[in-house]
Amino acid sequence: MHSESSRAAYRERFKCGFEQAREIFDPCLNAALEQLDTPEAIDDFLQGASLLCMMGQGVEPVMVYLEEAPATAAVTSENMLEELANYGYRLATNTNAGAVVPFLQSMLGIARRLESEDGMRAFLDLGLEVMRETTPSIHGHHAIHPSPVLDAFFETAPRVLAQLTLSGLANWARFGVRAHAGDPDAQRAYFCLESVDSRTVLQRERHGTLLADNERRLGCYLRALWGEDRPLVPYPTLDPDTTQSPYFDDHGLRLPDVFDDRNGVPGIDRYRGLLAHMMGHLEWSGTIVADNYSPMQRLAMAVFEDARVEYLAMARYPGLRRLYRALHPRVAEDACDPGRQSCVNHRLMMLSFALLEPRDHGYADPAIIEFSRRFHERMAQGGTQTADMVELGVAFMARSRRPSDAFAEVWFPSKTVAFRDDNRHLWRFIEEGDEEELFDREAGPADTEAPEPDPALPPRLYPEWDAGARLYRPDWVSVFDSLHPAGRAEHVDRLLEKHQGLVRQIEQVVDLLKPQNRERVRYQEEGAELDLDVAIRSMIDQRCGAEPDPRINMSHRHAERDISVSLLVDLSASIAERPEGAGQSILELSQEAVSLLAQAVEALGDPLSIAGFDSNTRHEVRYRHIKGFDEHWGPEVKARVAAMEAGMSTRMGAALRHAGHFLSHRDSDKRLLLVLTDGEPHDVDVHDPQRLIADAREAVRELAAGGIVTWCINLDLHADDYVSDIFGHQYTIVDRVQRLPEALPRLFMQLTG
Amino acid sequence: MSERFDVEQYRVTEEPFYQAQDDEIEAFETAYRARMPVMVKGPTGCGKSRFVEYMAWKLDRPLITVACNEDMTAADLVGRFLLDADGTRWVDGPLTQAARSGAICYLDEVVEARQDTTVVIHPLTDHRRNLPLDKKGELVEAHPDFQLVISYNPGYQSLMKDLKQSTKQRFAGFDFDYPDARTETEILVGETGLAPETAAKLVQIAATARNLKGHGLSEGISTRLLAYAATLIGEGMAPARACHMAMVVPLTDDADIRDTLDHAIDTVFG
Repeated sequence: MHSESSRAAYRERFKCGFEQAREIFDPCLNAALEQLDTPEAIDDFLQGASLLCMMGQGVEPVMVYLEEAPATAAVTSENMLEELANYGYRLATNTNAGAVVPFLQSMLGIARRLESEDGMRAFLDLGLEVMRETTPSIHGHHAIHPSPVLDAFFETAPRVLAQLTLSGLANWARFGVRAHAGDPDAQRAYFCLESVDSRTVLQRERHGTLLADNERRLGCYLRALWGEDRPLVPYPTLDPDTTQSPYFDDHGLRLPDVFDDRNGVPGIDRYRGLLAHMMGHLEWSGTIVADNYSPMQRLAMAVFEDARVEYLAMARYPGLRRLYRALHPRVAEDACDPGRQSCVNHRLMMLSFALLEPRDHGYADPAIIEFSRRFHERMAQGGTQTADMVELGVAFMARSRRPSDAFAEVWFPSKTVAFRDDNRHLWRFIEEGDEEELFDREAGPADTEAPEPDPALPPRLYPEWDAGARLYRPDWVSVFDSLHPAGRAEHVDRLLEKHQGLVRQIEQVVDLLKPQNRERVRYQEEGAELDLDVAIRSMIDQRCGAEPDPRINMSHRHAERDISVSLLVDLSASIAERPEGAGQSILELSQEAVSLLAQAVEALGDPLSIAGFDSNTRHEVRYRHIKGFDEHWGPEVKARVAAMEAGMSTRMGAALRHAGHFLSHRDSDKRLLLVLTDGEPHDVDVHDPQRLIADAREAVRELAAGGIVTWCINLDLHADDYVSDIFGHQYTIVDRVQRLPEALPRLFMQLTG
Repeated sequence: MSERFDVEQYRVTEEPFYQAQDDEIEAFETAYRARMPVMVKGPTGCGKSRFVEYMAWKLDRPLITVACNEDMTAADLVGRFLLDADGTRWVDGPLTQAARSGAICYLDEVVEARQDTTVVIHPLTDHRRNLPLDKKGELVEAHPDFQLVISYNPGYQSLMKDLKQSTKQRFAGFDFDYPDARTETEILVGETGLAPETAAKLVQIAATARNLKGHGLSEGISTRLLAYAATLIGEGMAPARACHMAMVVPLTDDADIRDTLDHAIDTVFG
């Protein structure tokens, strides 16, 4: 091996004045010599350590490097040794000295997650990107303050990588950089995983099958295969195999929020397997009085009962067998040492597998073999009850008990059977014991104190498009629904009176547009009936030797309108303004226009809904319902129109999505969303107006994909700059605001006529 | 003309396979003895048309079927004038033909026709039992053996598609639904010769889809689609493939539901 002289040579080449570092050098060198293969790597290691020593950031960086760098290189590549040290040096010289130690401390954890040189390099690049984007700079250079988040980024990265791929980490980090640019505190909270946004984005980027994405699919599964309709409630997991078990109670089925694929079984099927197991319990399991049995007996009963419901479920759906077989952990028979450990869990895990696989479990333990056989004989007879499993459980424990079962050191399986719940429904406790059930009881009274009922509906969350990052910010905007307050309906009637001429004009147009239930189409070569007048004329022509007209039939055509319309009115602050040359404010003109439109559409019989919106940051987009699709244009609705008033800002995208949400539930051939606005989207918490414009454009595109036509009526003379960005060609700019009351109904009829 | 009309072509000569679910055969015979108009309600593909065909065979009456649709006019049912070299010529519609010749006239999916079309059947369905041809100026007295049968699917009844009360209340009714699992298995075995175990699995899959009705599916998997799947399996196709082709693809485009049904097929066939 390495002689003392070569060690001395190495020590010579480690140029460092710190006494502390020199003290730990020898053990670190030994570890490095073990983990590194080539002399060049040792060279790199020593040079790297020396570099960090001379950096002027104290002894800590070099200590961490000495301890962790060899292992890091061992799982990635020896080329990284020099690179890691240079990287640390680079951070220090870019005003981010505070991030050097967090970086060096995390590098091993990160390397273990990535396990490749390329991955590590990509991570380092990402770190530089975060540094560049978050370090304050003046005129693009001369960074004088450190990045507020870089240390937090390095500290959090290993934890995030436990759940995300590298590209997921990159998305998560870029989101944080962009979303909170200019707000160091929020940015720091994000990178420390302390903010809600941060966790939401993390959740979005997770690998595996998210319950949230598959709720409907699993709901379909429950309903279709098991005729059940219970809510699915996710609980958070970092690793679904080691934390809480699934369970069900009166409030729903509690499932882990994510399942990774395992042993070739996709996450969605793991959910289904778990649900099948739970449904089996619901259908076939009774309860057992827990007081009568020892905890170990209860464990055994639960294993038999789980196997029983799975047996019955597999009899109904044979495909479950493949799934359970792939997912059930298989412990080695000698995994537990009865000489020093309590092997109850080990035995039960083997039993559980043997019950699932009676033929090829491969275990030699006679008790396991006997009870697997007894279980299957009993199941084959049919008509089993939970009580039969109680019997088997007691007998198995009596047969297989060992003195070592009472040992203090207990063997626990590294993996649990993740498709089983915790069987809490199985037990009935008559006497209060010192079981964990007490926790529930203590928690009871606190739970029963119902919170004050909130009069308002909970907000609906919508994503928002971030054009810079080219991604949706998930659940970004909260939209609150409410009914628009009512005013005096007579006000609207007066408005309509004022426009009597116009009203009459519109009525005439409406009459023309109104579907005539049956329409006769004459002069058809082929039709439903002979048109006798034409036929006789044609016969006369023929007799006279002239060319007869062959179009002697007629048919009927049914003209019907099948269109749902929503009108979305911008109620932001600016509509209170009175434009130059107009005697009324935009708000008043809007009221008139809305009233005229509503009256016309009512006459046509098309379902119309009207809503107003304004916003005050992304946390509060107010969506006020003025008229529902099924409401008539009556005094109540008129009263709401009369009470329309100017609010705050215009976060258009969220309002569009929300209106689209309601429209998409309409069962009409055509769905039209009219947007009446006087300016471009803006909100007080967004500094870049282009972002909300881009978001609104995205929203329009989403609506179009869902079959909803969006049309904008804009009152802003300068709207040309942005309105086509958002709505494409589907907009009308009303140049003279005074003409709005006339223009709106006319436009509607043009669009739908 | 009507003399040249050959009603014999409408006679059901071979016994159609029909598995009774209940006492519907006797009940229909009783209604026929009274020449009472009959309506058969039920979801699509549950055996309504097969039942009517079977009854026509059993009663030995010709069966004239009209598949109703939205564009159908009263003239399509009653008849119309056509032109020929000498002038106009009247041609009876299927309803008139059946009334003259004593056939069973079966209006399939009658709600598809417009309500104003459907009213032409009214005089045939009460004590009058005649059909006025107002264009021609003739009153056709119904043949003593004539009977009117209509069918429709109350499942996709929208507000637009329903019978008028005045039409509904002229019929005695049969309520059909998908048969119970045992009967449906027998039907599949009888209709396609499939092995009973496989047939039972098809029925089990159908049950899962029927659970989803109203939750993304407007109709469950019909017995007809089951028979398709059974036929494909009988022709040698792998069961899972046949089920996907006959029972999933035609049914829906909803990805979640497709996925659930495919999973049900996988898990039932193991």
